[in-house]
Amino acid sequence: MFFEGNAHKFGNDINTDYIISGKYKFKTLNMVELASHVMEDLDPDFSNKVTPGDFIVAGTNFGCGSSREQAPLVVKYAKISAVLAKSFARIFYRNAINTGLPVVECDTDLIGEGDVLEVDLSHGFVKNKSSGVSISIKPLPGVMIKILNDGGLSAHFKKYGGFNFE
Amino acid sequence: MGQTIIEKILSSHSNSQVYANDLVVAEVDYIMGQDGTSPLTIKAFQEMGGEKIFDPAKVIFVIDHNAPSPNEGVSELHKLMRDFARQKGIYTCDVGEGVCHQLVPETGAVGPGSLVIGADSHTCTYGALNAFSTGVGSTDLAAALISGRMWFKAPDTLKIICHGELPPGVYSKDLVLFLTGQITADGATYLSVEYTGQAISALSQDARFTISNMAVEMGAKAGLMAADEKTFSWLESFTNKKYQPVEPDPDARYFRIEEYDVSKLEPYVAKPHTVDNVCPVGEVSDTVIHQVVIGTCTNGRLEDLRIAAGILKGRKCNKDVRLIIAPASRKIMLDAIKEGIAETLIESGAAFVTPGCGPCVGTHNGVPSDGEVVISTANRNFKGRMGNSKAFIYLGSPATAAASAITGRITDPREFLK
Ligand code: SF4
Repeated sequence: MFFEGNAHKFGNDINTDYIISGKYKFKTLNMVELASHVMEDLDPDFSNKVTPGDFIVAGTNFGCGSSREQAPLVVKYAKISAVLAKSFARIFYRNAINTGLPVVECDTDLIGEGDVLEVDLSHGFVKNKSSGVSISIKPLPGVMIKILNDGGLSAHFKKYGGFNFE
Repeated sequence: MGQTIIEKILSSHSNSQVYANDLVVAEVDYIMGQDGTSPLTIKAFQEMGGEKIFDPAKVIFVIDHNAPSPNEGVSELHKLMRDFARQKGIYTCDVGEGVCHQLVPETGAVGPGSLVIGADSHTCTYGALNAFSTGVGSTDLAAALISGRMWFKAPDTLKIICHGELPPGVYSKDLVLFLTGQITADGATYLSVEYTGQAISALSQDARFTISNMAVEMGAKAGLMAADEKTFSWLESFTNKKYQPVEPDPDARYFRIEEYDVSKLEPYVAKPHTVDNVCPVGEVSDTVIHQVVIGTCTNGRLEDLRIAAGILKGRKCNKDVRLIIAPASRKIMLDAIKEGIAETLIESGAAFVTPGCGPCVGTHNGVPSDGEVVISTANRNFKGRMGNSKAFIYLGSPATAAASAITGRITDPREFLK
């Protein structure tokens, strides 16, 4: 998996209520509609700033809070190709993989707002093209790579009829 | 090698000897979905090609987050859930029955040694019953509905020992806010927490739920406690089912152990906009408030309402403050009526809303306006949490909330307990 795009930087503890605000989160299953509100409470214009393929880049504990899968889904539907953070909250991390949104743990201090990044998940590196710096990434657990490669947990289940981590 | 509580529960549900960092596919005893997450679960279930639920008797749906429905979009999703549940034989707790994290324990289906998953982050609440319960997303839940199983990476354990006795006017909510400040919002990420010590044993079962409920606010996967007579007598009022307590081995390996003496603890609050942004209530006691919320899966239990009523008895809420009360279940509401607690609270000026999540999640029942300040007994004060990103939410105990409702500013409840 290889992606290229611009970085949109956020701070620490970006919770699921910021990712998709309370006003909208349970109203509909239409993710395209919900995606137009992604990160709205932090940056009302955010969804317009995203060019398909861009990255959300954050500090520690990204995705803390609720278990709602609307959070990774709206990020995905906003056409963000991956989220890079120093660390992720547990449930968000699982949900992202299950819904097929790549999440990358790395030192995001080496990335600035608007930097152009290359993210190569197959070879496990991030390259900051704006600064020329290569950033190592924390490898995903094997189970998660398997689920992500299958296209998410639903596709995994469909393929195998259950869990298959052999 | 000895095992922690969570290692034992994962072992007994996977027929293997599990230690931290092992990957296991474990059998689940009980599965919960609520109205914010079940619609996506149903979608994922269908995408997976699911037809039958592995065992409908082990599944519960709860309509609590937006109950009764505030708009037609939500009504549609409720209908989707009810239709699916009827078709698949899933028991549904509908509008007015209460919050999922009170209703699941009230079924009696969860007790010491159980393994439970719920599509709600505060599913960790049942750790107070010596069960491993954790929040998952909708897709994970769908996978479990089909297979009866879930994969886990066995977590390391953080043991928190609370020595001493909580002083009068200081409650389990104050303790958990203090602990969240100490551990921080991500200090227990990927960990299971075991709470132990004299201060925990001394707590009632209701008060223990408050602590386990907030384990996820430190990033934890679970917040477990030992089972004792209080646990069993609480369970006996809901079920005849017999449970075996799960004790950690004396030589269990802990990732970290933290010890606190809580005998001098003060009432605590969390300030906007993070749960670990805590301080003793005295530091913010001049803060003017506009709304008070007592309820939620953290503090909407009978004991909480009783504490609030004790403070509000014979007193009136400040005329510039709205006091909104959401009991955690119908049973609690009925008990509050029988005990005269509801009358006391209503006489003081409280507005009761339907048992359930109430205004906690920001979709209805008391969305604050721009610039307004709320003190709530909930577990989260994120910006926008209650539906308005320009409001300010403080978190405190039911006693602090009740005292604040009287004065119209954040108030140390001990002023009313003298
Ligand atoms: S009361 Fe609040 S925290 Fe608890 S389940 Fe409902 S919305 Fe979530």
